[in-house]
Amino acid sequence: MFRYLLRRLALTIPTFIALMFVTFAAIRMVPGDPVEVRVGERGISPERLAMFRHELGLDQPVWKQFWDYVVQLLHGDFGTSLATNQKVLTEFAALFPATIELSLAGMLFAVLLGIPAGTIAAARRGTVFDQTLMGLSVTGYSMPIFWWGLLLIMFVAERWGLTPVSGRIDLIKFYFDPVTGFMVIDAWLSGQVGAVKDALHHLVLPAIVLGTIPLAVIARMTRSAMLDVLSEDYVRTARAKGLPAWRVIGLHALRNALIPVITIIGLQVGTLMAGAVLTETIFSWPGVGKWLIESISRRDYPALQGGVMLISSIVIGVNLLVDLTYGLINPRIRHG
Amino acid sequence: MAETTTLPQDLSPLRAFWSVFRENRGALIGLWIVMLIVLLAIFADVIAPYSPTEQFRDAVRAAPMWSEGGSVRFILGTDSLGRDMLTRLIHGARISLFIGLSVMGVSFVIGVGLGLACVSLGNAVDVAITRVMDLIMAVPSLVLAILVVAVLGPSLTNTIVAVTIVYLPRYVRLVRASALSELGKDYVTAARVAGVGPARLMFSTVLPNCLSPLIVQAALGVSDAILEAAALGFLGLGAQPPIAEWGTMLADAREFIRSDPWLVTLPGLTILVTVVSINLAGDGLRDALDPKMRRS
Repeated sequence: MFRYLLRRLALTIPTFIALMFVTFAAIRMVPGDPVEVRVGERGISPERLAMFRHELGLDQPVWKQFWDYVVQLLHGDFGTSLATNQKVLTEFAALFPATIELSLAGMLFAVLLGIPAGTIAAARRGTVFDQTLMGLSVTGYSMPIFWWGLLLIMFVAERWGLTPVSGRIDLIKFYFDPVTGFMVIDAWLSGQVGAVKDALHHLVLPAIVLGTIPLAVIARMTRSAMLDVLSEDYVRTARAKGLPAWRVIGLHALRNALIPVITIIGLQVGTLMAGAVLTETIFSWPGVGKWLIESISRRDYPALQGGVMLISSIVIGVNLLVDLTYGLINPRIRHG
Repeated sequence: MAETTTLPQDLSPLRAFWSVFRENRGALIGLWIVMLIVLLAIFADVIAPYSPTEQFRDAVRAAPMWSEGGSVRFILGTDSLGRDMLTRLIHGARISLFIGLSVMGVSFVIGVGLGLACVSLGNAVDVAITRVMDLIMAVPSLVLAILVVAVLGPSLTNTIVAVTIVYLPRYVRLVRASALSELGKDYVTAARVAGVGPARLMFSTVLPNCLSPLIVQAALGVSDAILEAAALGFLGLGAQPPIAEWGTMLADAREFIRSDPWLVTLPGLTILVTVVSINLAGDGLRDALDPKMRRS
């Protein structure tokens, strides 16, 4: 196991180097001069321009700039935002909890609905329920979630008035300083009456939108894993022992069917991050996805560069963890 | 329909495929809808009642036919600049299919090239290509597409470039994996012993046997590409106005979500129906071409 861990870790190093190179090269290729963006349209004296260029390291040769960039990254410095003059890492860290909160809620929605739905579909294979569910699953998987979000806002929020349209909490009614960055927890900590309920109300629609594609994937995967497991001998034994159907399916079969499902859940992190960009934009959810899009329109390339670097590193890290966990549960992978 | 009663001995591959494919009702419906959309896209100029950029100043945001104040003049209503929605949706099919097919075609060709290069040009090439593909897979799809578009600038062509880069690894990995498993088989050894050169061995001996999973991937890849391109369009990073792209239309309609809901509903519904149809047909294609992969 230890050797597997080392080998798997060693494999991610070239990926990181390549990632650093790509984010560096990408920003170099962007049209427009970052210094001019920073000084604005009025322009400044050539001396101050040269000073700025020196300050940003733009007067150095390209290979030196790349090296400096790598050294900076290794020191945990992901650059400075041109728009706010703050460290990219600081901005990212302030916004990231909002994205995690949204992603966790979306994943919770997907898992709580997807696993039971897939299990029932497998147990009642070929019935109307099964067929309807698989039809819905294809629809969910094909969903343009940006439209799905607008549709939910249109009906649930605007027409029926069941939920708020955007944001994380009603800022007119409630105000408290962030402690954890998770709005639901902060609201609870603040002790203000109704704050938690309000935060949850704001969370429902974005979570559904973000969770839709994972839900479709998980339901499908659970169903097919269950179908595989249900034909195994130990399931037949359990049935022969006279155990009630819910026990056979819910305990004996499901526990083994869940192994591939858990892997799929772990691998949805990338999907969640991509989905967060769209979901946060639609619901004005102040997370890293919305921030990334805004940094493009502000031409804040260091923020974009650092943001892409950070999001990708997180996804690589989580995928690595998923792989290692899977290696732990399933020894065949390790020696493959 | 007479030939279905008995299965003839010399069932051509296409017939064999069709007889399995048409058992799948969902796939069949998907295929019909896809064909309808393809026809609409090809004959957009003839079918669409107006030009996609023609503005009717007297009928800005006209309601669709079935709702109050609607008329037969604009069956699906008009947008905020008075352009006919039906026309723009039909022309949008052309744009979306063009994006989907371009991405598919380019990634297919490059994917086959790189995948075969992996297995035939030695270890160093293999490692280099595989690592780059791993990197692309590690970055969330839309985030990578956004980065590419931010660098190249938003346009229809750059959308195709960005989405192609995002989906390329799937093709490369698939070609590499299936070519590797084919290379160990006896018929390849036989061809090699018979003196077949390396290029010919790859392209005419190995490649044809890797095609079925690749065709399935290509079909499903079209729907993914359409969805991804629409998302970019929605974020304002895809095809630029006045091009009638479904995602861009949706972005334009956002501010009228309260007053004119059909402006939001119609383009999204069109995207959904298109993508679902392609996915249904693609699933059927997979079941028919590759019985091993048939599961759920």
